[in-house]
Amino acid sequence: MREINVKEIIPVVKKLCIDANYYIGEDVLNKIKEFYEKEESTTAKEVLSIILENYELAAKEKMPSCQDTGVAVIFVELGQDVHLVGGDFYEAINEGVRQGYKDGYLRKSIVDDPIIDRVNTKDNTPALIYTDIVPGEHIKITVAPKGGGSENMSEIKMMKAADGIEGVVDFVVDRVSRSGGNPCPPIVVGVGLGGNFEQSALLAKKALLRPLNESHPEEKWAKIEKEILEKVNKLGIGPQGFGGRTTALGVSIMYKPCHIASMPVAVNIQCHAARHKSAVI
Amino acid sequence: MAQTIRLTTPFTDEDVSKLSIGDKVLISGTIYTGRDAAHKRLVELVEAGKDLPFDIKGQIIYYVGPAPAPPGKPIGSAGPTTSYRMDPYAPTLMDVGLKGMIGKGPRNQDVIDSMKKNKAVYLAAIGGAAVVVAKSIKKAKVIAYDDLGTEAIRELKVEDFPCIVANDIYGNDIYKEGLKKYKKET
Repeated sequence: MREINVKEIIPVVKKLCIDANYYIGEDVLNKIKEFYEKEESTTAKEVLSIILENYELAAKEKMPSCQDTGVAVIFVELGQDVHLVGGDFYEAINEGVRQGYKDGYLRKSIVDDPIIDRVNTKDNTPALIYTDIVPGEHIKITVAPKGGGSENMSEIKMMKAADGIEGVVDFVVDRVSRSGGNPCPPIVVGVGLGGNFEQSALLAKKALLRPLNESHPEEKWAKIEKEILEKVNKLGIGPQGFGGRTTALGVSIMYKPCHIASMPVAVNIQCHAARHKSAVI
Repeated sequence: MAQTIRLTTPFTDEDVSKLSIGDKVLISGTIYTGRDAAHKRLVELVEAGKDLPFDIKGQIIYYVGPAPAPPGKPIGSAGPTTSYRMDPYAPTLMDVGLKGMIGKGPRNQDVIDSMKKNKAVYLAAIGGAAVVVAKSIKKAKVIAYDDLGTEAIRELKVEDFPCIVANDIYGNDIYKEGLKKYKKET
């Protein structure tokens, strides 16, 4: 048993919020460079080079690479041998978000009531926190700020077994096609398969955490990811929707067992700012 | 053939008549910010026959909710937001003189028709290139709806603000043309 005071969590979450917004991952930069080389459209090449320049500038100037610094989506792996003391665990995480968004000059993008009042909470809380209990006595925290523009292009479909893998591939490609230039392409496509209505969406979100230079560990799924990526990049949408070959940088699938009657499919669209940073306490 | 054109605000009919989709435009002068919540209020004012918080004739609205300004900088990161959410409001504002919109992503047919009718243009800034854009913004001041926080209307002084013509006054659409050129059958 290891005792951890929740106050230790606050500065960790604060730093992760800031770092995720200032410093894009090397995997994203490398993928954009890789696609730049293959891109046929001169306008598209120019857009990709501006995007790369922007990531460099953001890191240099210590500014968020995008003004939409997102809702703070936070994944926690909580070791079952950890005993949390000193206060409310989730409140400590929210305090870290509050401090990170204030001191990092990040945008506060949360409204309290989604429909009627829509008044800004002014500190970017509450965060969306998902906790998994795991063996061990550590806490791993991942902060993945998620922008609204790409999130709005996401969708869940309760498909039937008869639709088969072809139906799934068609749905995902069609979802990207209908998104066009809206979600800031080049995008990353997170796909959650199985589970239930609610779990498929979470799987699609978690799929976005996988580094872009890795494919699915199972060959059959890696093949499907590759097939979807090829089809998506034939759509012609291109960077920002101006036309070109680089519509998506990657496709990432996660799946879980599901009910005999069901085949839930969730597509979570991620803009090129595929931001996430992790720390272990 | 795509060209690079420098323009100063407010835009005239002659200015916008020179622009074709794909052209690069570097804007200098004053522009105004506005997104979902501010648009709702502006259109309510127009419908009530009241004055807007700024003179909209020939002006440009940039769809942006900037990040807070860090010390020593006029504004924080300030890339475009997705434009289709402003589609329900844009034609009303063009009817009272709005000459240009800056955002990202395609517009609906009503907006495209209104651009033709009112000789207005839609310019795309690069989504996610928020620091690059911020560098062209020299001054920022909230002029209305301070209660909306990042969604308040700001007056921006810009120098060579970089964007690309996405819809010209002739009804052309870069998003449709791009797809035509690069779509491959699967």
